[in-house]
Amino acid sequence: MKRAFRLLAPVLAAALTLGTAPARAEVDLDVGIEEVTSPGGITAWLVEEHSIPFVALELRFRGGASLDAPDKRGATNLMTALLEEGTGALDAQGFARAAADIAAEFSYRAHDEDVSISARFLSETQDEAMELLRGSIVTPRFDEDAIERVRAQVLAILRSDNKDPDQIVRNEFAALVYGDHPYASPEDGTVETVEALTREDILAAHEDALVRDRVYVSAVGDITAEELGRLLDDLLGDLPEAEAPLPGRAELNLPGGVEVVEYETPQSAVIFGQPGIEREDPDFFAAYVLNHIVGGGGFNSVLMNEVREKRGLTYGIYSYLSDRDGAAVWLGSVASANERVAESIAVIRAQWARLREEGVTAEQLKDAKTYLTGAYPLRFDGNGPIADIAVAMQFDGMPLDYIATRNDRVEAVTLEDVNRVARELMDPGKLTFVVVGQPEGVETTVN
Amino acid sequence: MRNLMAALAVLLAAALPAAAEEQVTTFTLDNGMEVVVIEDHRAPVVVHMVWYKAGSADEDPGVSGVAHFLEHLLFKGTETLAPGEFSATVARHGGRDNAFTSYDYTAYFQRIAADRLELMMKMESDRMVNLQLDEGDIATERDVIIEERNMRVENSASALFREQANAAQYLNHRYGVPIIGWMPEMHALGLEEALSFYETYYAPNNAVLVVAGDVQPEDVKALAQKYYGALPANPDLPARDRPQEPRQLAERRLVFEDARVGQPYVARSYLAPERDSGAQEEAAALTVLAEILGGGTTSVLAQALQFDTQTAVFTSARYGGKSLDDTTFDLIVAPAAGVTLQAAETAMDEALAGFIETGVDPAHLERVKMQLRADRIYARDNVNQLANRYGRALTQGLTVEDVQAWPDVVQAVTGEDVVDAARKVFDRRQAVTGWLKSPEVTQ
Repeated sequence: MKRAFRLLAPVLAAALTLGTAPARAEVDLDVGIEEVTSPGGITAWLVEEHSIPFVALELRFRGGASLDAPDKRGATNLMTALLEEGTGALDAQGFARAAADIAAEFSYRAHDEDVSISARFLSETQDEAMELLRGSIVTPRFDEDAIERVRAQVLAILRSDNKDPDQIVRNEFAALVYGDHPYASPEDGTVETVEALTREDILAAHEDALVRDRVYVSAVGDITAEELGRLLDDLLGDLPEAEAPLPGRAELNLPGGVEVVEYETPQSAVIFGQPGIEREDPDFFAAYVLNHIVGGGGFNSVLMNEVREKRGLTYGIYSYLSDRDGAAVWLGSVASANERVAESIAVIRAQWARLREEGVTAEQLKDAKTYLTGAYPLRFDGNGPIADIAVAMQFDGMPLDYIATRNDRVEAVTLEDVNRVARELMDPGKLTFVVVGQPEGVETTVN
Repeated sequence: MRNLMAALAVLLAAALPAAAEEQVTTFTLDNGMEVVVIEDHRAPVVVHMVWYKAGSADEDPGVSGVAHFLEHLLFKGTETLAPGEFSATVARHGGRDNAFTSYDYTAYFQRIAADRLELMMKMESDRMVNLQLDEGDIATERDVIIEERNMRVENSASALFREQANAAQYLNHRYGVPIIGWMPEMHALGLEEALSFYETYYAPNNAVLVVAGDVQPEDVKALAQKYYGALPANPDLPARDRPQEPRQLAERRLVFEDARVGQPYVARSYLAPERDSGAQEEAAALTVLAEILGGGTTSVLAQALQFDTQTAVFTSARYGGKSLDDTTFDLIVAPAAGVTLQAAETAMDEALAGFIETGVDPAHLERVKMQLRADRIYARDNVNQLANRYGRALTQGLTVEDVQAWPDVVQAVTGEDVVDAARKVFDRRQAVTGWLKSPEVTQ
């Protein structure tokens, strides 16, 4: 299991961290994605790029950790972590050695909407790499000793998470907001549920999560459409069809106000949120541009300007529109010293109310559009990133021509649209804060 | 199966070097500024970076954190740009900008459409010499870096522990002082300290320009001469001779307790030589050693502590060869439930001793080298990573030739070299051993 133990990662550089995003409206963006259908009927998106002799392959299976039953929470995560722990004649170390011999890299991750599998392999070793990958996905061994070893690692991570303010606030926010939906509890499970998982639970999670009718595939690099088509049937053809139902919509509980979770640490970690908007909503692009102006735009957003640049209350404040299956929420995060966090919350609330009433300016909208349309082409700057985007687009139900039309949709957003959406969507009464720390002058007001 | 793989490895070994060449051009401006151009024409994007050979280890005593503080302040105004206008301009052109500070360097970069390169050079060369700061900028931004320290360090038991252990590792060198600074000294940072660092170190003859992406070297050269070439060199640039480590004669041990520890662990660091220009052999052996000891499921530590016995839940070995002065070789072992930190440490030391006794498994060495060769191919997919590689090397005492020679130096490492390097570096008198634990856990 190559999973990094996050507390051990050395921090060397002290950068101003911002999300990566890539510039230019007038670029005629043609990434050259084609749809490939295998003889057996599995479809994939492909970009042929032969200048570097390797291939990036992405697989995403819809469902993921949200297929876990409440008392089996963490089963999909543990199962996914075990995929690289042996198949056929190879045990865990045999599998790792075989992959290293051909310098192929595989990664397996469970999220709450999906299981995602990434592979990177040199084009000369394609057949060997795919044989290993197929074994890990279709016929993993799930040896008892591997289960115990990886379970111990997952438990170590959970015990660390339980003491980490950033993780505590994520868990507490989820528990408050998502009701009895799987999103309400950690996708990795809890110490109690993970300790109780059996090999049968792992086998069941494997059968539920890795199914051929819920998989999305992309490949970018030194591979042809014919090769990919053949490869898809070998790789995925023997997986079962889905039986486990996907979870329904989450009943969101966003009552407004503040929930304080006492924890002895000098800086309070905060997540805030209010109801969001579905990607399919006709107003989605207006909301997307609005969010960029409010808190999505790095150094130049309203919240960054008010909370960090003007007042020095935090190192970073961000917001984003989260649109997981069945739960659209507008989320944000900030962290401030315990004695200053009350002011951060007050500033965020005041700006939320002001933006709802006053809207944004024509200048802000213009700058946001130039940035968003200009930055978009810069995302497509490598086989790995393009494969990621292509699989995410399929997962989100976007058409092949989305890339070519996306900037037009951003450009089509008018000032009236943005400010109408600000009035309709921004809801200071539902803006809900969860604070983990020892905040001064902040009381719990939600039940 | 194994034979097929072996044959394949030989085939790849022959095929890779030619395929792995990145397109790099270098030159130096008349004022001493070094320039590296890396071409990647797959997307119409450029990364423009300016690296200063000045980091936290170049600070004077008493002003820890000033290199990083200044990095933040460079986003304030110049004589022609208002505070915040730099980043706002980059964003208006669809780009992103940021900066980072380490012990040996401070770097500023923008990622933007390739046809905006000239504007980036115009603005970046402007703030190399024309920074304008006032007391108001200072006070607010000092609060920001204090919150940054709160987030990265004060809120994390693990980060506090690393800071204490690192301070114990270096008896004299500034690598023992955190990049972000000690909190009391950060509170005292002011305009004068920031400007003093700026005026001393920010000059073209102390900077490296790295431009990577969809550009032609001759175009970059013309623009670089126009904007950076117009700036005068700083004739008073101090020589980079920082306080060095004396002989280290006694192991240091520490126990750090914090209620916020969920998983205890043992961390051991050894003072280690860094990559030196023209003499990278020992560093190459240490690089391979780190992979063999800690590189995943098939590594020596994983085998001994996670497979043969269930002593640990995590093991790792890391060597940071890129460093201007003495660096460290680091080991971490997180014990399994019910295993004491002492037992974990003992098992780690037994595994190291056993490794030195037994030597390197030739097949393991070949796998590690195979992966390092393949990494050269994978790295070409990420032009940012290539740009960083050159920027870091050139600000940490290496040359372009050293960077390009490195893969061959690594491939030439023998099993004997690895064991020799291990024997030399694992000297407890030069080591720090730390235990991170929760106070209520009785070990």
